Amino acid sequence: MIISIMLNGKKVVDDISPDMTLFNFLRNHGCYSVKCGCETTNCGLCTVFLDDKPVLSCAILAARVDGHKVETMEGLQEEAEEFGRFIADQGAEQCGFCNPGMIMNAIALFRENAHPTGEEIKQYLAGNLCRCSGYEGQLRGIHAFIEYRENGGAACRK
Amino acid sequence: MIKIKEYVKAASLEEAYELNQKRSNRILGGMLWMRMSNAQVQTAIDLSGLGLDQIEETEEEFIIGAMVTLRELELNERLNDCFDHVLADAVKDIVGVQFRNLATVGGSVFGRFGFSDVLTVLLSLHASVELYKGGIVPLEEFAAMKRDNDVLVNIRIAKTDGQYAYLTHRNTKTDFPVLAVAVSKIGEELRVAVGARPAKAELLDVKDLSGEELNALNEELAKKLSTRVKTDSNMRASAQYRSHLSKVLIERCFEKINTCKKEGE
Amino acid sequence: MQEVGKRIRKKDAMALVTGQPVYTDDLAPKECLIVKVLRSPHANALVEEVNKTIALKVPGIEAIYTWEDVPKERFAQAGQTYPEWSPYDRLILDQHVRFVGDPVAIVAGEDEACVDRALKMLKVKYKVLPAVLDYHEAKDNDILVHPEDSWKSMYPVGADNKRNLCAHMEEEKGDVEGTFEDCDIVLDRTFHVPAVNQTMMETFRTACYLDMYGRLVVLSSTQIVFHLRRILGRALGIPNSQIRVIKPRIGGGFGAKQTAVSEIYPAFVTWMTKKPSKMIYSRYESQIAGSPRHEMDVRVRLGADNDGKIRVIDVYNLSNTGAYGDHGPTTAGLTGHKSIPLYTGNMEAFRHTFDVVYTNQLATGAYRGYGATQGIFALESVVNELSGILNRDPIELRLQNILKQGMHMPAYFDEIAESCRLDECLVRAAEMIGWKDKFPYKDMGNGKVRSVGIAMAMQGSCISFVDVGSATVMLNEDGSYKLSISAADMGTGCDTILAQMAADVLNVSTDEIFVSGADTDTSPYDSGSYASSTTYITGQAVVKACTELTKRICKLAATMMECEEEDVELDGHVVRNVKTGQSVTTGEVGFKAQCFNDFALQVTESHTSPVSPPPYMAGAVEIELDKATGHVEVLDYAAVVDCGTVVNPNLATVQVEGGLGQGIGMALYENIQYNAKGQMLNNSFMQYKIPTRRDYGPLRVEFRPSFEPTGPFGVKSIGEVVINTPAPAIAHAVYNATGCWHRSLPITSEKIAMSLLDGE
Repeated sequence: MIISIMLNGKKVVDDISPDMTLFNFLRNHGCYSVKCGCETTNCGLCTVFLDDKPVLSCAILAARVDGHKVETMEGLQEEAEEFGRFIADQGAEQCGFCNPGMIMNAIALFRENAHPTGEEIKQYLAGNLCRCSGYEGQLRGIHAFIEYRENGGAACRK
Repeated sequence: MIKIKEYVKAASLEEAYELNQKRSNRILGGMLWMRMSNAQVQTAIDLSGLGLDQIEETEEEFIIGAMVTLRELELNERLNDCFDHVLADAVKDIVGVQFRNLATVGGSVFGRFGFSDVLTVLLSLHASVELYKGGIVPLEEFAAMKRDNDVLVNIRIAKTDGQYAYLTHRNTKTDFPVLAVAVSKIGEELRVAVGARPAKAELLDVKDLSGEELNALNEELAKKLSTRVKTDSNMRASAQYRSHLSKVLIERCFEKINTCKKEGE
Repeated sequence: MQEVGKRIRKKDAMALVTGQPVYTDDLAPKECLIVKVLRSPHANALVEEVNKTIALKVPGIEAIYTWEDVPKERFAQAGQTYPEWSPYDRLILDQHVRFVGDPVAIVAGEDEACVDRALKMLKVKYKVLPAVLDYHEAKDNDILVHPEDSWKSMYPVGADNKRNLCAHMEEEKGDVEGTFEDCDIVLDRTFHVPAVNQTMMETFRTACYLDMYGRLVVLSSTQIVFHLRRILGRALGIPNSQIRVIKPRIGGGFGAKQTAVSEIYPAFVTWMTKKPSKMIYSRYESQIAGSPRHEMDVRVRLGADNDGKIRVIDVYNLSNTGAYGDHGPTTAGLTGHKSIPLYTGNMEAFRHTFDVVYTNQLATGAYRGYGATQGIFALESVVNELSGILNRDPIELRLQNILKQGMHMPAYFDEIAESCRLDECLVRAAEMIGWKDKFPYKDMGNGKVRSVGIAMAMQGSCISFVDVGSATVMLNEDGSYKLSISAADMGTGCDTILAQMAADVLNVSTDEIFVSGADTDTSPYDSGSYASSTTYITGQAVVKACTELTKRICKLAATMMECEEEDVELDGHVVRNVKTGQSVTTGEVGFKAQCFNDFALQVTESHTSPVSPPPYMAGAVEIELDKATGHVEVLDYAAVVDCGTVVNPNLATVQVEGGLGQGIGMALYENIQYNAKGQMLNNSFMQYKIPTRRDYGPLRVEFRPSFEPTGPFGVKSIGEVVINTPAPAIAHAVYNATGCWHRSLPITSEKIAMSLLDGE
């Protein structure tokens, strides 16, 4: 079946099989930042934005996304870099495999809530697993980023 | 992983219903559980074009479309103000935000999953489901029904004046519950729903208890009610532990309700 | 420049946080055969027949292989130095399948859909055999996991396949039984640790293709490029020279990828078909057919006097290696070697004995801590129990018996503890958690109790007399340097910290060193990244290579300046004649090396070590325990580590925090359960729960660095020791809150609540 998706600001039209997941569709279209860490919607690695909301791309049929807007980290390079520096400055990116999913969801959090508390951060990012960092360094990086923004650093766009 | 031959975005409930009459066809919810099945589906029926993603409020009730996500249920202020935040409490521990942005209330209820927080909390409220052909059916009745080929259109929660509490025990914070308890005190009526026993949620039968006993909301009542919870063992916990937890969590729900009552007075 | 000790960003950090395509599946050839295996549903069976006629007819299927199609030489998948301690007990496909998940057939096809279809159409006739599913009954059982005569042990580890024995060893010093008889108190306790899984976020995966010479190129998520080349050569029956292994960025390892789990199947497919192929393990496969920690029973007998002197320790561990013996003999050794020496202070005698047995469960492997974790949980729990019995503060009791710098360690290969601040780590960890005020517990009056617990740990910094690390350093014509290594950065940051060391020696900034590897065609030999060895061993090779390169740069510069070699000095970016003040830049020297020159400005050095200096740490935890539900909330964790010199405080801190997180999961809920048929129940992230960021409170880390004289810049190691304290510290805190000892992991809320109910 033919679908048309607004992917990272560009219209992408493709003939897909009805059971193709959005995750596979995205990787087939060069969005390699999107990773898969499980098959049971538990890890958060495949997080992308569907109509501005963070969702698990492994659990959505590409067919369902026909006519909708999808964003991956490939389309959010500036924001990812701006925030990612703070993770990097803690050494908390470690193996990096969970980073795109976590950073996408963190960007979603900052858009919803510019000044989250520690508890709110943990609650919002609970669905993003990481096995390297123990989460602590990520949390330090997030706090440092929030502080930087509150002190007049460039704001997240939108 | 599920295999799907054809995908149809239904243009009307009638079309969805028609398609759903064939055994090899399936209605899609949030796809979170269905994708893990090994089913071979002929036609996947998508309800997302039917405007069922709205929470509507009337004088008497909330009407929650089948495609409303758990995240919307969690964030809906009116709904949560009305029921002591119990709906948000019930869904906030389900995996993560991205998961709850996809999982639908209709999918959760229709699935009648054993681990369902959503079914547990809704059973403790005056909830019913609207089926396309079957009309409005009380949730308790629906939960006991066998899966059929009707289409779940929405879930209705009657506005009641009461106090509500929801508690679970989980091995990790976002795991399935080991046990889930929802308690509502609506006037003289006490509703205690227990889920993840690990079988699907049930409303405890309290008909034989006097108003005085029910109003007590104390340890003794919790103990008595917990003996009515049919528990079983699975990889998460033993039946014995679940029975013990029933008492603990029912009692803690009572405490919360008593506090709410005092605050209300 | 002082680059060692700086908080430098990892060299690959920005690529990783912006999601660049740098992992195996991102880099695999686009037109690739998809490889999957059909896995046995039985714990023990013979494959009588595989009917592949229908499956082969599925459009897109390239090949289907069964046991009849593969070479018949057995090999080990464990990534270890030859001759491996792990037995040669595997074939690519075997007629005898030994656990639920053991491969029966390899299917390769043009896409996933056709491969999945073909897998469903394979008809297999099994002769189902009775299985050994309880490792307590494995030794000398009538059912043999490896009855075959082609089974081979390469090293005298007491293995005997006709007894289901993968290893049996004994070590004893002093009069063990005599000392026990003379002790006032003898504690005899048995502990259980299940086969917890590493669950690195990137599952096992490998892509293969042939290069222009017809050689097999293996792009794989691995910690062991050179061992892998050797394993594949033996498994495929082809010369090692025909194989090239490349490691891209890898999504975590923690030891899992010290075993060749996924490589053999696509390598075989590509070698046979000459076409590119890849195999991506699902999480399900990673759980049921990966390489998790060895399940163990650890029995500790500890003899002490009433005054608190710990005089004798006897450790016996029974280890379940599962269906294959990868890392079986070696892990079991660490259970004693890396626990007993903690109490060298008053030790008169010790004994360590172990049996490693085969069962029809999934084969185990290497996981951070590698056997030490199990031993430390057991021994530290016994010492905590002893402190309770003697009514002594557990910190004081430890200080009375603790290993101190300068001590000779009879239980640690007779090495001397040249660098050890374990006592300071212990005191500081206790201070950080508020031990004096909080020990043993405080009743919060609402059914909840707050309590504290403590534990110490050690590990090694390499495998002494075995590990080899190498580094090649080269001066470029722009004055920058190339550092080539085949140690495996798996997110740990070793590319960066090795560059920091090189920069420090060469007196330039870390940015001026670029790092390349790991690639068996282009980087120098390295055993690989495991046994906590990279910083200590490969680091020293880097220092040696940079020191030698400095000499060579000076020599060439002296020729250029027409002066004596002794008169020149390399000072960062210039080489100066100290007598005349004349100088040339390193860039100019680099250009000179490329023009009418026969003197290479490239140096390769190797390093190995006769000692393995232990890093040490202490961990203290505060929990809040709900007496009704048994729930444990980890409120605070204080960790103080002596890893020798801290090369990069950021990366070292995150190593500690990551290890603590894994240790907490293992202590409280990570569990592997089987049904009666030997099928694993925890086969997904839905059923195997690792901690989320909501599952524990702050992890606080400090360092008390000693200076290790044999390590580069005084370093030891950090990667593994950090996982060892949470289980015993949390078990101690649970005891302090409830009065009940839990000796079987995980300590679930159910176990705690039920033990309290039993006590009522």
